[in-house]
Amino acid sequence: MSEALLDIRDLKTWFATDGGVVRAVDGVDLRIERGETVGVVGESGCGKTVTARSVLKLIDMPPGRFAGGQILWQGRDLIPLPATEMDKIRSKEIAIVFQEPMTSLNPVYTVGDQIAEVLREHENLSRRQAIERAVEMLALVHIPNPKKRVHDYPHQFSGGMRQRVMIAMALSCRPKLLIADEPTTALDVTIQAQILELMQEMKDKFGMAIMLITHAMGVVAETCQRVVVMYAGKVVEEAPVEALFGNPRHPYTQGLIRSIPRVDRAAAHKERLEAIPGTVPSLLDPPPGCRFAQRCKSARDICTQGIPPLKEVTPGHFVRCVL
Amino acid sequence: MPGSTPASLSAELPTRPATAAPAKTPRFSPGLEAWRRFRRHKLAVASAVILLVMIVAIAFGPLVWRVPINEIDFTAKLEGPTLAHPFGTDDLGQDVLARLLYGGRISMAVGLCAMLVAALVGVLVGAVAGMSRGTVDAILMWLADLFLSLPQLPLLLLVIYLFRDALKAVFGPEGGIFIMIVIVIGGLRWMPVARLVRAQILSLREKEFVEAARALGASKMRQVVRHILPNALGPVIVAGTIDVAAAIISESTLSFLGLGFPPDVPTWGRVLFDAKDYLDIAPHWAMFPGAAIFLAVLSINFIGDGLRDALDPRRVL
Amino acid sequence: MSRQYLIRRLLIAIPSLLGISVVLFCVLALAPGDPFGELVTNPAIPPEVAAALRAKFGLDDPVWTRYVHWLMAMLQGDWGFSFVSRMNVDKLILQRLPTTLVVIGAAQLLAIVVALPVGVLAATRPYSVFDQVANTLAFIGFSLPTFFTGLLLILVFSIKLDWLPFVFRDDINATGLQWLWEQVKQSIMPVTVLGLFQGASLVRFVRSAVLDVVRLDYVTTARSKGIGEGKVVVKHVVRTALIPVVTLVALQMPIVFGGAIVTEQIFRIPGIGSLLISSILANDTPVVMGVTFVFACLVVLFNLIADVLYAWLDPRIAFR
Repeated sequence: MSEALLDIRDLKTWFATDGGVVRAVDGVDLRIERGETVGVVGESGCGKTVTARSVLKLIDMPPGRFAGGQILWQGRDLIPLPATEMDKIRSKEIAIVFQEPMTSLNPVYTVGDQIAEVLREHENLSRRQAIERAVEMLALVHIPNPKKRVHDYPHQFSGGMRQRVMIAMALSCRPKLLIADEPTTALDVTIQAQILELMQEMKDKFGMAIMLITHAMGVVAETCQRVVVMYAGKVVEEAPVEALFGNPRHPYTQGLIRSIPRVDRAAAHKERLEAIPGTVPSLLDPPPGCRFAQRCKSARDICTQGIPPLKEVTPGHFVRCVL
Repeated sequence: MPGSTPASLSAELPTRPATAAPAKTPRFSPGLEAWRRFRRHKLAVASAVILLVMIVAIAFGPLVWRVPINEIDFTAKLEGPTLAHPFGTDDLGQDVLARLLYGGRISMAVGLCAMLVAALVGVLVGAVAGMSRGTVDAILMWLADLFLSLPQLPLLLLVIYLFRDALKAVFGPEGGIFIMIVIVIGGLRWMPVARLVRAQILSLREKEFVEAARALGASKMRQVVRHILPNALGPVIVAGTIDVAAAIISESTLSFLGLGFPPDVPTWGRVLFDAKDYLDIAPHWAMFPGAAIFLAVLSINFIGDGLRDALDPRRVL
Repeated sequence: MSRQYLIRRLLIAIPSLLGISVVLFCVLALAPGDPFGELVTNPAIPPEVAAALRAKFGLDDPVWTRYVHWLMAMLQGDWGFSFVSRMNVDKLILQRLPTTLVVIGAAQLLAIVVALPVGVLAATRPYSVFDQVANTLAFIGFSLPTFFTGLLLILVFSIKLDWLPFVFRDDINATGLQWLWEQVKQSIMPVTVLGLFQGASLVRFVRSAVLDVVRLDYVTTARSKGIGEGKVVVKHVVRTALIPVVTLVALQMPIVFGGAIVTEQIFRIPGIGSLLISSILANDTPVVMGVTFVFACLVVLFNLIADVLYAWLDPRIAFR
C-alpha cells in the first residue's frame, strides 16, 4: 500500500474527569487517501469529533491526553510534533470547519481580517495582499458583493453565509485535507444542501481530501466514497459507500441505516421508523467485550467476552463483530 | 471546579448517563450535595474554621478574659505584648485584647445587620421589579443603576455628617451611630441582590414548575414566596456573605477616618484610628486590630467563594 | 463607532447626573438643622450677607423650587464659599482635584499593568500552581482594607527602613529632576496601596473573563489557523475578554474613590478626598457638598468612558 495522506493508527484520546478517565477515542484506525472523501458517522458521543480534533491537536490538554497511537500525516507522526511545527500544518495543510458557524468566527474582527490572518501567517502576505486574497476567496464561495462584505463583521452574516466564510477561511491556503466537523448540522435544511454542494464544488476545484464528520447517513450517501462507522470510541465498520449501504454487516450500522427516514417506503408500507434502543454506554467504564452488545438484538454470550477484532470481510470492507 | 471539561467538548463526551453506573453516583439531597462541593474548597473550609474561632472568641472571650476594656493604667501604657496583656496596651494603658474582643462584637454585628438590611431591600426590590415588569421594573432597575454609580464612601460620610447629631440625640451616641451605619451601608448595597433576584425571577417565571403553579391559580405573592425565592436563594446567600465582608470594611473605614463610632466604643477600625499616630513606638497596637479586620474579611470572602461553588456552580465570577 | 452612539450615551448620562443630584439634594433637605440655614444663621456672617444668602437659596420656597435653584447655582459654578479656607468652593476643589486624579490614574495604571498579565496567565493555566497562588493573593489583596495596607507600608518602608516619606508634601523645595524624584518617592506608597487593591479585584475579573472566552468556539478556530498560541491568546482571547472587564472596572470606580479618600487621608495627600474629611471635621458644609458632587460626577464620567471603550472594543454595539 502506498503512503496514505492521513493514517491514524490505534489512536487513543482520553479525558481526565471527576469521575475517572473517559476514553472518548479508544483505539481508532482511519486512513484517508489523497483527494478522497471519507465520511465518519456515529451517534453523539461516539468520539468522531474528538478524533477530528485530535488530528489537528485541538484537544485541551489537560484534561485530554493522547494515551497511545499515531497520527501519520504523509508518513510523519503528528503526536510528538512540537507546537511550532504543528502550527505550520494547521490551516496550511490540514484545515477544519466546525459545526457552529454562529460561534466559530470571532465577533470583534471583520471576516476579511480573519481570513487574512491565515494567509499572512502561512504565505507571508502583506495586509493588503491578504485582504485581496480574502475577497477572492469570498467570491469563490459565492458571497455576493465580496469587495464590500470583506469589511463586515460576522454578526452581519447569516448562518449559512458564515459557514461559507468558514469554508473560505479553511481553504484559503489550499490545504490537502479539509476536516468538516458536522458542517451542516446547525443549519436549515435548505442551507445544508447548499453548503454540501459548495464543498463538492470546492473539492472539484482544489482536489483536497475531505474528512466529513456527520451523524446524518443521508449526507454520507450523497458525498462520500468511503465510510467509517464509529461507536463508543471505536471503529465498528469501514467500507466503500456502496458496500456499506448495500450490505451493512455490523448490527449497529444496520440500525443506523434503518433509522434513516424514507419518504417513499413510509408512504408505501406505513413502515415505522426504527430507533436503536438504549444509549451509548459510559466511556468511563466501558463494558467488556463488544461495546454495542448491550443494545444489540443478536448479541450472544461470546459478545461480552473480549473486544472483537476488526476483520476484513470483503476487500475494503472491515467490520468489528464476531457474528 | 476542578475537572470541568470545556464546553466545546461536552457535546461529544457522554455526561455519565444515569443508567450506566447506578452504583457509582449515589443520590445526594441538595443540602448534602452543596456541603460536598463546599468541602472541596479547602480554603473556604479553613476560613470557616477561622471565622468560627473568631466568632467564639468575641462571643465568649469577654467572659473568659475579664480585663475591663476601659481600665486606665498609665504605668503600663503603650506596652508591647506581655503575659498580663497578650496584645499589649494602648496610650492609656488599656488592654488591647479586651478592647478587640469587645469591639469585634460590634464590627461583626454591623456587618451582619447591614447585610440583612441589604438583602431585605434587595429581595424586595428585585421581587417587585421581576414580577411587575413594565414601567415599575424599568424605574426600579434605573434606580439600581443609579445607586450603583453613587460614590458610596463620600455619600456615607455626607449622611453621617448631616445626621449624626440628630440620631445621637434620639438613640444615644452608640445606638445612633450603629443604626445609621447599618442602614446607610445596607441601603447602599442592595443593588446586586435586587438584580440577582430579578434575573432569577425572569428566568424562573418561564420554567415549567412555575408555569404549573400559575396554571393551578397560585397568586403572584405565592408564586414568589413558594416557588421563586427558594430557587434564588443560592446566589443571594453568596451575595449576602460578601456583603458582610464589605460592610465590615465600610464600618472600619468610617471608624478609621474618625467618623464612625466614638472613642469609647473600640470597634476594630476605631482602635486602628487611635493607634495610627503611634505607629513608630507601638506598632502592635495597630497590627492586632488590622489583622483582625483582615482575617475576618478574608475568611468571609473565602467562605463566599466556597458557597458560590456549592450553591451556584454556574457562575464563574 | 458611530457618532450617534456617542451622543446617545451622553444623553443617557444626563438622567444619571440628575438622579445623583436629586439624591444629594434629598439628603441635604432631609437633614436636620437645615445645612443651608446654618450658613444664614452663622453669627460670623454679617446680616446683610445672610439676607442675601437667604434670598439666593430661597429658603422659604417649596422644595422643588429650591432644588431647581440649587441645581442652577451648581451648574453655573456657584458652589458656595468655604469659611474655613476663605475661598470659593469651586476654586478650592479645582486646586485639589488634579492631585487626586493623578494618584487614582497612576494606581489604575499600576493595577492594569499587574493584573492583566497575571489574570491572563492564571486563566490560561487553570488550576495550576500559578493560578492558585494568583487567586489566593488576589483574595488577600482585596480583603486587605486600604487603611491597613497603608499603615503596614508606612511601618515597613518609612519607620523601619526609612526609605520613603510617609507624609505627602506639595511644597517640595527642589527643582528639575530632584523635584521629580521626590514626587515619585512620595507617590510610591499611596499609588501602591490603591493600585494593588484595585489590581486584586481586576485579576479576578480578567481571569474569569478569559476563562469564559477560552472555551468559546472561535478560539478553537483561531487555534486551528496555526498562528501560534501567543497570537491566539492575545488577539482572540484577551481582546474579547477585555470587553466585560471594561464594564466591571467602571462598576468598581465608586470603590476606587472610597479607597482614594482613605489613602489620601493616611498619607495626607492634598487631594479632594482629604479635603472632604477635613471639611467634615470642620463642619464646612459647602465644601462637603461640592466634593461629594464632584465624586458623583467622576463616577458618571468614568462610566461614560467605559461605555465608549466598550463600543470601541465590541463592533456589535456600535452597529446597533
